[in-house]
Amino acid sequence: MFGGQDSKQHTVQPYVTGTSVIGLKCADGVVLGADTLVSYGSLAKNRKTSRLMTVSNHCSLGFSGEYSDFQEIKSTLEELMISEYCMADNIPMQPRAIHQYLARVMYEARNKQDPLYNQLVIGGVLPATGEGYLGLVDLLGTNYESEMIATGYGTYIALPLLRKAYRPDITVAEGRKVIEDCLRVLYYRDARSIDTVQISTVTKEGAETTEPFKLETSWDFKKFKAGSRLIDESTW
Amino acid sequence: GGLLRLEKGWYSREAFLYLDLSFFGFSCLNLFGISVLDRVVVFCRGGVGGECARCWVRTMDVMQAGDMDWTQNEHMLGTSIMAVVYDGGVILGADSRTTTGSYIANRVSDKITPITEKVFCCRSGSAADTQAISDYVRYYISMHALEIGEEPKVATVGKMFRLICYRNKANLLAAIICAGYDKHEGGQVYSITLGGSILKQPFAISGSGSSYIYGFCDSNFKEGMGKDEAEQFVIRALALAMSRDGSSGGVIRTLTINESGVERKYYSGKEIPGFYEGW
Repeated sequence: MFGGQDSKQHTVQPYVTGTSVIGLKCADGVVLGADTLVSYGSLAKNRKTSRLMTVSNHCSLGFSGEYSDFQEIKSTLEELMISEYCMADNIPMQPRAIHQYLARVMYEARNKQDPLYNQLVIGGVLPATGEGYLGLVDLLGTNYESEMIATGYGTYIALPLLRKAYRPDITVAEGRKVIEDCLRVLYYRDARSIDTVQISTVTKEGAETTEPFKLETSWDFKKFKAGSRLIDESTW
Repeated sequence: GGLLRLEKGWYSREAFLYLDLSFFGFSCLNLFGISVLDRVVVFCRGGVGGECARCWVRTMDVMQAGDMDWTQNEHMLGTSIMAVVYDGGVILGADSRTTTGSYIANRVSDKITPITEKVFCCRSGSAADTQAISDYVRYYISMHALEIGEEPKVATVGKMFRLICYRNKANLLAAIICAGYDKHEGGQVYSITLGGSILKQPFAISGSGSSYIYGFCDSNFKEGMGKDEAEQFVIRALALAMSRDGSSGGVIRTLTINESGVERKYYSGKEIPGFYEGW
């Protein structure tokens, strides 16, 4: 009744979903950003959910896709962190290790035709040096590491902006502004997003996720206000 | 290559595999979420210049990870629109989002369209269909206005909308709210639905976002409201709809029509009423 090896469930389509997550690797850490919405089709069902999770002191995770599958992954990671703590060997788990672990988990599920319907963005720092690490795992088990990561609409809208802004010596403070700008454009153009967002920064000092905050948006251009007119039918 | 005429009916997935015409590169709006081979192209009767008007073919759902929805979908006015009769005239209100799938093609659209000086319409459904219909209605009504020598009645404009929507129901996806002011009956609101029926109402709501505000509107509407009260009713209702419906959003445009004329308003950002956002 509670699942296990006998009963078979197959997640074929997502129901309650999160939209894009974006990430940028900086010289002194990483920055992740996501809005706080989970949608039910086109319904904005829960507008104050956290799609960014602090895995450990040196690693953050963002999800897009099915919310229930992410909650499962969240539980699994929390249990993993607890057993790491219990081992008490003073060796913190590297973000790369968490990334690879999730890649195995996702791939295994995919092979059973029962994927965890998510795209996960893992951002962290190497605890010793503070060097950033940014990677992605998706529902098929595809996993890679890059200086800039985006899922969903972010790949089309945010990734070019992140690529343009990236410099090897970019700081986390500057990266935060870039991520915020990308989230703003995503709010303008993605119909499954909202203007309340969270940004997670991971540096040598630790991982912190901001409280949800509202983005500043601009709507007051003259032509936007003008609307359409009888004689000259502009701005449909 | 060439055009293939398909009869109305149901087709199996195998039939589609056989009909691979992907090199034409158009896609039919009724094939939502379908990815059989790369792209399946269907030209159906009623198509003009290679563009599909409406497809009577239904297929089984095939979902693939990473479907690029804006290549399969036409421009839709997801929308929250409404019109309210108040003491002295009507107020029309609309959001400003036009979507192609879940991409926002225009975040500042104007869905309140003039037909005559004192009659306007709010459009929802297919952007192309509603633009074409309102252009036709404007044309025919302008002829009619010359014939009768005075401003047309709102009822006449409503009937014109209904005529076009009813007679072409197979090929259209349009839900329109026609509202205005005439000297005979004052402010009036007519709702023209998907099938082409017309209903005269004290207030009307339409579009995908309207589902979320039936309760709010039913509990807050009063007949014979004043101008400011009605305006507040409209913007609060639309703000609630936009807050929950992914296909609605942007700014709120309102238009007030009464004996003295027409007044446009624009509510953006912080001017839009806020409600409980705790979940």
